[in-house]
Parts: sequence; C-alpha cells; structure tokens
Amino acid sequence: MGHEAPAGDLRLANLTKRFGAFTAVDDLSLTIPQGSFFALLGASGCGKTTTLRMIAGLEEPTSGQVLLGDRDIARLRPYKRPVNTVFQSYALFPHLDINENVAFGLRRRGIRKVADQVDRMLSLVQLEGYGRRKPAQLSGGQQQRVALARALINHPQVLLLDEPLGALDLKLRRQMQIELKRIQTEVGITFVHVTHDQEEAMTMADTVAVMNAGRIEQLGAPADLYEFPATAFVANFLGQSNLLAGEAAGTSGNDVLVAAHGARFSVPAARSRVNRGPVFLGVRPEKLHLVESPAQVPAGHQHIGGVVTDASYVGVSTQYLVRTAWGSELSAFAANSGAGRVLPVGAPVVAYWDPRHAFLLGREAGEDDQTTPLLDEPPVGVAS
Amino acid sequence: MTALAHVPTGSGQSAPPPASRRGRYRLLPYLLLLPGTAWLFLFFALPLLQLAAASLYDPSGSLSTGYAMTWAFSNYWDAFQAYWPHFVRSFVYSAIALVLALLMGYPLAYGIAQKAGRWKNLLLVCVVAPMFTSFLVRTLAWKTILSDNGWLVGLLRDVHLLGPDGRLLATPVAVVLGLTYNFLPFLVLPLYASLERLDYRLLEAASDLYASPLRAFRRVTLPLSMPGMIAGTLLFFIPATGDYINAELLGTPNEYMIGNVIDSAFLVRLDYPQGAALSFLLMAAILAIVFVYLRKAGTEEVL
Repeated sequence: MGHEAPAGDLRLANLTKRFGAFTAVDDLSLTIPQGSFFALLGASGCGKTTTLRMIAGLEEPTSGQVLLGDRDIARLRPYKRPVNTVFQSYALFPHLDINENVAFGLRRRGIRKVADQVDRMLSLVQLEGYGRRKPAQLSGGQQQRVALARALINHPQVLLLDEPLGALDLKLRRQMQIELKRIQTEVGITFVHVTHDQEEAMTMADTVAVMNAGRIEQLGAPADLYEFPATAFVANFLGQSNLLAGEAAGTSGNDVLVAAHGARFSVPAARSRVNRGPVFLGVRPEKLHLVESPAQVPAGHQHIGGVVTDASYVGVSTQYLVRTAWGSELSAFAANSGAGRVLPVGAPVVAYWDPRHAFLLGREAGEDDQTTPLLDEPPVGVAS
Repeated sequence: MTALAHVPTGSGQSAPPPASRRGRYRLLPYLLLLPGTAWLFLFFALPLLQLAAASLYDPSGSLSTGYAMTWAFSNYWDAFQAYWPHFVRSFVYSAIALVLALLMGYPLAYGIAQKAGRWKNLLLVCVVAPMFTSFLVRTLAWKTILSDNGWLVGLLRDVHLLGPDGRLLATPVAVVLGLTYNFLPFLVLPLYASLERLDYRLLEAASDLYASPLRAFRRVTLPLSMPGMIAGTLLFFIPATGDYINAELLGTPNEYMIGNVIDSAFLVRLDYPQGAALSFLLMAAILAIVFVYLRKAGTEEVL
C-alpha cells in the first residue's frame, strides 16, 4: 500500500488540535527529515502524544496539515496511512500468537506468504522461537519488542513510538534504548519517538523537540539543546540549571553585560538569546566549580560567594547546594575524579564558572531565580 | 448472571497459615462446600437418578397401579419414534430464535458496552427489567401484542406484509418471536460482559495496522468477544430448546415443542416412563450439540 509511494520528509504544517476550549496542540510546524530519529520531549499533557496520534490518524486535527513528501495525509483514515505505531500499552492482540500479531499488518494488506518476513522480523528484535507463544506469556520487554516488530514489518515510511519504554524498568529501558537505536540505524526508517524522559530523548534521537503547552519550545541536536537552551523551560526540563535573575545592559565588544544581585557579569554575545532587559544568567551545575576563597578563582572566570548547605555524595559526583548572600540555592556538581576533597556543610565557598559556559535567556519581568529542576529526574550527564 | 460467564477457576489462596492453625483450617473448605453439595445431591442428583429409573419402568404401569422396573430401554425408541418431529421443531425454532437474538443482541451489547457512556447502567437495567416480571406474564403480553385485533397485525396487513386474513398469533412466527424475546437477556448479558472488557486501544492498533473497521471487527472484536458469545448462546439455546410456555401460549398444537410433550406426559397423560425417557433424550441431544459447539468454537476461550 503505502511503502511504494515516493518517500520523503514528514512535515507538520500549522497543526492544531483543540478539545473543546483546551488547545492540546497549538499551530505546530516542523519538518522531520527522512530517515532521522526524532524525539518529541515534554511533560505529560504538553501535546506530544496528541501530535503523534494526529500523525497516526487516530486523532483528527482541528486544522493544519500532515505532509508526507508532498502528500497531505491529515484526513486519511489510519489504515490508509503508510505510518505504523508502537503503542505505549503495546496493544498486542491477546487472542493471536506472536507470529500472527507480527503478521497482522501484512495479512490485512492481502499478503499470503508471511512466514519468512515474520521470522526475519522476530530475529531482528531477537525473539526467534517465540512465534507460537501468546503475548501474555512474554515479559514486558519481550512484548515491547513484539510491538516493535509488528509495526516495522510493514516497512512504514514513518514509525511512531509512543513512550514505548515507559513500562519497563530502568535497566531494561537502557538496554532497549540502545536496541531501538541499533534497529533504526539498520532499517533507516524515520522514527518519531514521544517521551517524557529527557535522558531517553537525548541518548537516542538525532533531533529533539521540547514541547510545552502545545508548542515547541526548542528544536535541535541534543547537545545544542543542553549547552545552549532557548528558554528557561528548556534549561530546566533538560537537565538542571542555575538561572539567576538579572538585567542585561547591552553589548560591549563580544560580551553582553549583566547586572544581577548587585554584581556584574558578562556572557559571550554568541551565547545570549537577548542583550537587553530582564534576563536569566544560566550556568549548568557541572560547570559551576567550588573553591574556598576568591583568590583560587582562575583568571577570566566569574564568581559568586556562598555557604555550602548540602553535600550529597552520589558516586560519580558530589552534588552541592550553595546558598548565596541573597538566599538562592545554587547546585554545583563536582566530579569525583580523585582531585579535591569534599567540602563540609557550612563552609564558606566561592562558586565560579567560565563565562563561555554560561548562557543568557530572556526573562519575564518579575520572575525570580530558578535553581531547582522542573522534574524529579536524574540530571543529564550525571548518571551516565 | 454475568458472573456465570467467568467464574474463577483457581482458588487463589494466599500463603498457608502457620502450622498450629493449619489443622483447623484444612477442613474449612470442605465444611463450606457441605451445604451446596448436600443441596445438589438432594435436589439434583437424587431426582435425576429417580428420573433415570422412571424412564426404564414398565410402560404399561400407571400412577394408580404402580410401576414395575423392567429395564424397558424400548421406552426411548418408542418415545423418539412418536415425537421426533417435536424434537426437530424444538431445535429449529430455538436455532432461528438464536440467530434473531444474535442479530439484535450483539449490536445491543456492543452499543451498551462501548458506546453508551454514562447511559450504560440505565441501558443494562432496561435489558434486565423485563425479568422483574414473571415469564408467564411477559409471554401473555406478547399474546396481546400479536393478537389478530392488535395494532401490529393491523399494521402488517395495511402494508401488505400479511394477507387480509393473515395472522401472527398461533403461528410458528409467534413462537419464535416469543422465544427470541424471552431469552434475549441471557444472550446479551454475557456478551456485554466480554465486550465491556474489550480494550479500544486494540482497535486503534488494528486500524494502525491497515485493518478497516469491518476487518478490525472480524479479526479483533469478534474473536475477543467469543467467551461471551459462547456463554450467551448456551444460556440462550439450552432453555429455549426445552421451553414449552411460548409454544403453549403463542402457538397451537401444531407448534408444540418437545417441552410441551414432556409437560403433557407428566401432567396430562400421566405417562411417567415416556416423560422421563423424553427428558433424557432432550438432555442427551443438547449435551451432544453443546459438545460439538464447544469443540468448534474453541473451549480454550471459555474454560
């Protein structure tokens, strides 16, 4: 059916979905290049699953287009689209064995000889010999792989993955992330992966789109998103950030000058989203270093004084909370690489950073420092 | 009613109690089973045995002169020869009624289970509500509905679906309609129970995998509702085949089913051996049909 059609990029154009007065997806436009691994990342209720369901055809857009190549598929019934989905619940057919689950799509398209393809697909997901079992006889991870095989066997132009790893435990999830990435590279199909797990999005996807309230906050390569977030939401959703409220006073040379909490700082213009008005000066915790006195701060670095209020040893690093003179608590991660010693709680310290690692974001007037993560999840770069 | 469709098979016991109390608890399940077993023995097993014995009595005996046990197996053959048309009629009528009930009941159960939303409970009550009145009263009501002077016959005559002298009452149509109506809830409730558990996400998945709504129904909904289907058809078919009220009230002796014959053998003609033999023949025929049916339909889903 679909896979003979000319291949192409998946484009969403001004896609909007309203449920009554609630706008789940708000004028969304983006292009997903053919063959890429694309992640839609956001907290629950941000519209990412609705977006996916509109691509699959399980939800009809209020307005806008879903273009595959140059064909608008937004109004096609789901069974007419060259798109397949791996569902969060897996939705395996409980009355069919694994072979028939995997062959379901082929059979519905009138293909009689399915055994070879099914076997090949089961070996791709490393489930050889499981064909005669019923889904209930498989573990969660195995069911997940059956769901993947059942979708992939149809050679869709786009494979949609709706939080496919959400139900798995951490270790299995990590394993499946690597597996999924391997399979995507092998089959070369466009993967659109919806997840609320930033680490999952970053480890697997070529491109990550961070969604918030039905809109895309930022889209880019994982490293770009992490190193230079576009908004305070992204800065806190992807990993953790210390965002200090300040006022930017324009550019001087290659730097933007910032006044915050009675001190003066600078950020390279290239790492500044704005150069005037209310701003957030952002520094990632692992880029914040602690020393005992201002004299130890290397040249060219900027610093803030404070007191250690908490030190948690987490193995690969020690995570400090440092209370500043104006009461905000900054996070600082010190890698446990052997050098340095653990600073005791109550010790006066100086936190310093290289201005080239800082970033400057626009701020709504009245917003205060943001130094705690939005989600209760391990920060990126610490667990791995 | 719905519980009939899925009685748990395992006992689902938790960890065994400590050793000191184990002795006391070991007998408990049997003690709990005792009243039910005694009831079943006294009011089912014993009468059944008695009936089996009666079916082999000397047919020349009577209630006043008494019966002699002569192991008269010929009773069965004689009864069958005399009344095989009633057997055939019973199965044909209840089979037609079953088909009609499925055509009405499946969409009804599906609608209530999947589409009714907040009306679900109200609609279920509507399905069960007729059962609050007696079977007899309901059937008598149908007698009024189908009567020659009733609005239904008048309407059908007006649109020429019935001839000017055509009638519904006292025809096979009336008996089949009565059977369909009276046993419909037995079909709908188990069907509802299994359709209610149907996960709509499976239908989404089928649709995602190129199945049109019709094919998704054929490949997903229908197989997954099989347990309810099997339970419902059995609960409908078995009592409908043995029924005699509908034929009695809505039909004539020409529509009499095997139930009517058994009824008259016991209560009118007082021919106990024949009545008992007919009862066992009916039981055997139904068991045979159920057995073949379960074999074909796949018992795995029900048991």
